[in-house]
Amino acid sequence: MEKTIIEKETEIVEEFSLFDSWDDKYEYIIDLGKKLQPLEEQYKKDENRVRGCQSTVWLVADEKDGKIFFKAESDAVIVKGLISLLIRVLSGHTADEIINAKLDFIQKIGMTTHLAQTRSNGLLSMVKQMKNYALAYKIKNSTTV
Amino acid sequence: MTEIATIQNSFDVYAIREQFPILNREVKGKRLVYFDNAATSQKPQIVIDALSNYYSNHNANIHRGIHTLAEEATAAFEKTRDTAQQFIHAATREQIIFTRGTTEGINLVAYTWGRQNIKAGDEIMISTMEHHSNIVPWQVLCEEKNAILKIIPISDDGELLMDDFERLLSPKTKLVSIVHVSNSLGTVNPVERIIDAAHKVGAVVMVDGAQSTVHLDIDVQKMDCDFFAFSAHKLYGPTGVGVLYGKKDLLESMPVFQGGGEMIKEVTFEKTTFNDLPYKFEAGTPNIADTVAFKSALDFVSRTGKSKIRAHENELLQYATSQLEQIPGLKIIGKAKEKTSLVSFIIDKTHPQDIGILLDNRGIAVRTGHHCTQPLMNRFGIPGTVRASFSLYNTKEEIDELIIGLQKAVKMLA
Repeated sequence: MEKTIIEKETEIVEEFSLFDSWDDKYEYIIDLGKKLQPLEEQYKKDENRVRGCQSTVWLVADEKDGKIFFKAESDAVIVKGLISLLIRVLSGHTADEIINAKLDFIQKIGMTTHLAQTRSNGLLSMVKQMKNYALAYKIKNSTTV
Repeated sequence: MTEIATIQNSFDVYAIREQFPILNREVKGKRLVYFDNAATSQKPQIVIDALSNYYSNHNANIHRGIHTLAEEATAAFEKTRDTAQQFIHAATREQIIFTRGTTEGINLVAYTWGRQNIKAGDEIMISTMEHHSNIVPWQVLCEEKNAILKIIPISDDGELLMDDFERLLSPKTKLVSIVHVSNSLGTVNPVERIIDAAHKVGAVVMVDGAQSTVHLDIDVQKMDCDFFAFSAHKLYGPTGVGVLYGKKDLLESMPVFQGGGEMIKEVTFEKTTFNDLPYKFEAGTPNIADTVAFKSALDFVSRTGKSKIRAHENELLQYATSQLEQIPGLKIIGKAKEKTSLVSFIIDKTHPQDIGILLDNRGIAVRTGHHCTQPLMNRFGIPGTVRASFSLYNTKEEIDELIIGLQKAVKMLA
């Protein structure tokens, strides 16, 4: 059975609790960033860009069997690592689950400061964009039914 | 303690540091290294005290009150005008107009002088290295008036191409608005030469002094600029205060910017007559407390001595440049012969934002991104840079920490 968003968040919080220092946290995030599946070139276009980020971030969403799947890439590796965490948590869930996700793990792993900052690493913009995609699919599905 | 530090003959950076309480704080468990001075400088205790003293002892609305507090507040506010006048060597105090900052100063000129004088087909000239604040107001004006915006190109080292500038000048040029010191590159532009050439074709020249006023001696009369704008907060003063200087005949001929209290002589519903300079441009209750405290910042700079500050900052620039150049893959953006104390750079295969986050993790504050100069970044074909900008309280040891932080960041990101 697929894990819930909350379960995945808890997993991440546990992983991060193992790190003693910020350096270790960043090493891990950078590692995740480097391992993030590259986005196919055809998706790297203006309409897929997330606004409000200092780095360039592309984000695309696809729906399959009522579940939404995300793919993303950035030219900055820490941002890529953070996207990778967001994708891990939100990808494969229904529009409603994504829209209602509180994403407390972001604060729990100590990335709140980034969220609070306007346009610093764009985490807030990415979350918003992912939820917007979910909302768009929800509206699309409700009008086609 | 602070008195001793400032009357010493030699420049004692450690004594200076003691006057800036924020420099004692920790960030991410490390002592703060503040290299974001081009964005805003930190404030010495005397400025913080002046703010607190004003609110504790003198607070009142200025100019019209007949009570003691109002008189004290007015006197303190107007004293800053005198100090600012001396600081930039303006001929008269009436030529010092208080604004919210450089951006407002530029906008004031664009909206008043610009709307009165720019006509269809006229040309306004700026440069590739302008801050958005010295681009957008002119773009808006040009669009409204069907005027043309001309751009002075720059070299790969980040210097204005003066031959191109002179070629672009013509009797159609009505205004040249130029940055004195580039916030992204540190380039010091030859403003006197620009002003001289522009005046020969009858153009008016506005100088954006946001970055220069803290580092260089400013003599607006010698420079012969028509307008000069700067901000208090980059000059160890409070945020939300700036100065617009203008030549008297120009200021007098300009229409008002905003209407309200203080800027009027007489108001009837039929007609309003306007107050004299500088009040004509200071509508509404100004930022009194911050303006009052700004005087302490200007006094602090004057007492410390700009030439000593410049020498210290220059030493930091030379040291930082030579140390940074030893980092493999690091490229400095902006290698003008004349620079103020900032270094913009990129590092191969790394994004400025990643570098900035990892430096912050070591308590080092730098700025990353396009620095509100997107056309300049496009000129260099880069999305942004890491910018370390140094101030009078920075030390070589702090630069060493930056270098260690960068080496570590590069290793982590590689």
